[in-house]
Amino acid sequence: MAELYQTQRAMRNMRRAALQRGVIGILDIGTSKIACMVLKFDGTGTFRETDGVGPMAGQANFRVIGAASTRSRGVRRGEIDTMAETERAIRTVVAAAQKLAGVRVDHVIACMSGGRPASYGLNGEITLQSGKVTEHDVASVMAACDTPDFGRGREVLHAQPVNFAVDNRSGLGDPRDHAGNRLACDMHVLTIDGDLIGNLVQCIRRCDLELAGIASAGYASARASLVEDEQELGSACIDFGGGGTSVSIFVKKHMIFADHVRIGGNLVTQDLAQGLRVSLPVAERLKTLNGGVEATGRDDREMIEVGGDTGDWEADRRTVSRADVIGVMRPRVEEILENVRQVLDAAGFDHMPSQQIVLTGGGSQIPGLDGLATRILGPNIRCGRPLRIDGLAHQLTDPSFSSAVGLALFAAHPQDEWWDFEMPADAYPARSLKRAYRWFRNNW
Amino acid sequence: MSVVIDHRSRNQAEQPSRPKRDPAPSRLKYRLERMWLTPLYRRLVRVGLPAFLIAMTAGLWLADEGRRAALSEGLAGLVERVQNREAFQVTMMTIEGASPAVDKALRGMLPVDLPASSFDIDLAALRLQVLQLDAVESIDLRIKPGGILSATVTERQPALLWRHARGIDMLDKSGHRVASVTSRDVRPNLPLIAGDGADLVTQEALALIDAAGPILPRLRGLVRKGERRWDVILDKGQMIMLPAEGAVTALEAAIALDHAQDMLGRDISVVDLRDPSRPIVRLGLDARNTLRTARGMLPLGPDGKVIEERKGG
Repeated sequence: MAELYQTQRAMRNMRRAALQRGVIGILDIGTSKIACMVLKFDGTGTFRETDGVGPMAGQANFRVIGAASTRSRGVRRGEIDTMAETERAIRTVVAAAQKLAGVRVDHVIACMSGGRPASYGLNGEITLQSGKVTEHDVASVMAACDTPDFGRGREVLHAQPVNFAVDNRSGLGDPRDHAGNRLACDMHVLTIDGDLIGNLVQCIRRCDLELAGIASAGYASARASLVEDEQELGSACIDFGGGGTSVSIFVKKHMIFADHVRIGGNLVTQDLAQGLRVSLPVAERLKTLNGGVEATGRDDREMIEVGGDTGDWEADRRTVSRADVIGVMRPRVEEILENVRQVLDAAGFDHMPSQQIVLTGGGSQIPGLDGLATRILGPNIRCGRPLRIDGLAHQLTDPSFSSAVGLALFAAHPQDEWWDFEMPADAYPARSLKRAYRWFRNNW
Repeated sequence: MSVVIDHRSRNQAEQPSRPKRDPAPSRLKYRLERMWLTPLYRRLVRVGLPAFLIAMTAGLWLADEGRRAALSEGLAGLVERVQNREAFQVTMMTIEGASPAVDKALRGMLPVDLPASSFDIDLAALRLQVLQLDAVESIDLRIKPGGILSATVTERQPALLWRHARGIDMLDKSGHRVASVTSRDVRPNLPLIAGDGADLVTQEALALIDAAGPILPRLRGLVRKGERRWDVILDKGQMIMLPAEGAVTALEAAIALDHAQDMLGRDISVVDLRDPSRPIVRLGLDARNTLRTARGMLPLGPDGKVIEERKGG
């Protein structure tokens, strides 16, 4: 894990350097669209109270100065499939956002949803030598967490300390300076396929950009669409994306579980295209303009011209009723929700104190989805839009941009992760000068 | 002859099988755009490059001697043309408050021949030059609309004549030289002073002359002694020696004595008031001889055969 620690630390340093320069880019690489935002940091919070956006929970120290989104290319199920195509899409969106912002972006923070995320709850425990929790005790308790075998080629994406316990007192957010003899820690670790990160790094490098951070899309969209109380009391955020549906569970403002269901909106489009015998763009249009999950009597009468340019008059003049569209969409949406239900059951969401579920992502705009989700997932459901951030254009505030907005919040205020703490001295190689320095600093 | 009828729809007929344009910028275009957004490069291109081009063009053009000369000549000609316009011409000079001599000197000092451009007349320098004339106290020079150079001169008024080793000068109230005169008779109405440093204390001299009131007809002049005190010279060889401090008071005391006892009407050659608490008079030759005769002593001639002990100088 030492290598991972170093790369993540390097990314944190790059993020700090970018904040110093004041400009950082946000890159949300999804299956259906790629969004890029250029954030300008001023550090002191000069951007306040503009167009009705007040200082929101300390998120007012940046503003969006350029944002663009484009159709994604070369991405399948949240994973980069064709590198060159994805690179072109990234170039398109970055060039457009840069043009709007008028500044050059050198550092980007990216998120992806795929890569089969797997979350692990780890715990570690150490004996406190000094009878008091010091800074390096926190680092060593995190290093003492017993890591299971993540599998071959898995990389840790997030490793967040969720809970600390000193002796019998549990639920501490910050254990420093607590007196006690024993320090225990619960850590949530999210791993994804290492190849995915490698491909992402490669794509971004080829666009002359530097990767200053990487996050899971489910985590990012939950940060944008869950309000503070929901994060505190416990809730699940379900991000309906094009290539997959991300599920993340938050409690006490920490992500404790994340998973990914590999069925998304693209499959619904594919179903429509197959079921109604239309081309994929037409099916996409039908889904977005006339889609739904609850058929009413009126929908039988509402006929939609399918259109087409096959040259066959009969085929081009076909019409389908909206009920047909709903009839094709609903089973697939139900399947997605059933899968989400399984994931939530596996995570033990039933035992959470509050069972709020927030639907977000582009798929959550299907009319009637919340009613269907109530039947399958549970009673407390709402459709969430991302938090308003300063300077973001209105057309980029719909739920499909929640992971981009969450990534902006992540760029401004990242939560503590394992690599934010100094590594304990014994993790350095022996005979290292750094190790001697650390030993002196901790013991004198 | 067969005609082929195109049964395809309009869209299809008009669109040749052209590959769809890739919306992504090419690598080169992307890099160039990013380079253009770099602040340093942007500034270099937008400011540095034009500035360099302008400087280079100007430098190359000016490298030739002939073109440089032509340019400076053209500029000078342009300036001259503007300066010589009718609106800037000064055609005449009016002088107010100057005597004919000063008037003539003033006209002689004008550096250019009228009519001339007002740009060629440096009024400040001309004013300083005119002020070096002793007879001029102040001068107000301006160019009035209509091309008139107007000079308003205030001349110095002579108040005293000062006789010194190099001749006789007229002085104004402050002791500044106004002009020289050839003899005392040119200005009989002015009081005369003499002696080194007399021109530095003309205020006191004028005060003494004012105080001299009743004996003014007999006053011949004032003599500065040792740049320290005044002697009042009267006719008939009489002299009043005044102290350095309080000269006017001492003179008034002498006039009071004269008024009470007709002191100056008697045969007294010197009234010595240098010590105001102890006035001393020196008798004239006749009076002294009269006294000697009455005592049965031989009279003394002005050359003085018998050495007398002098009392006071």
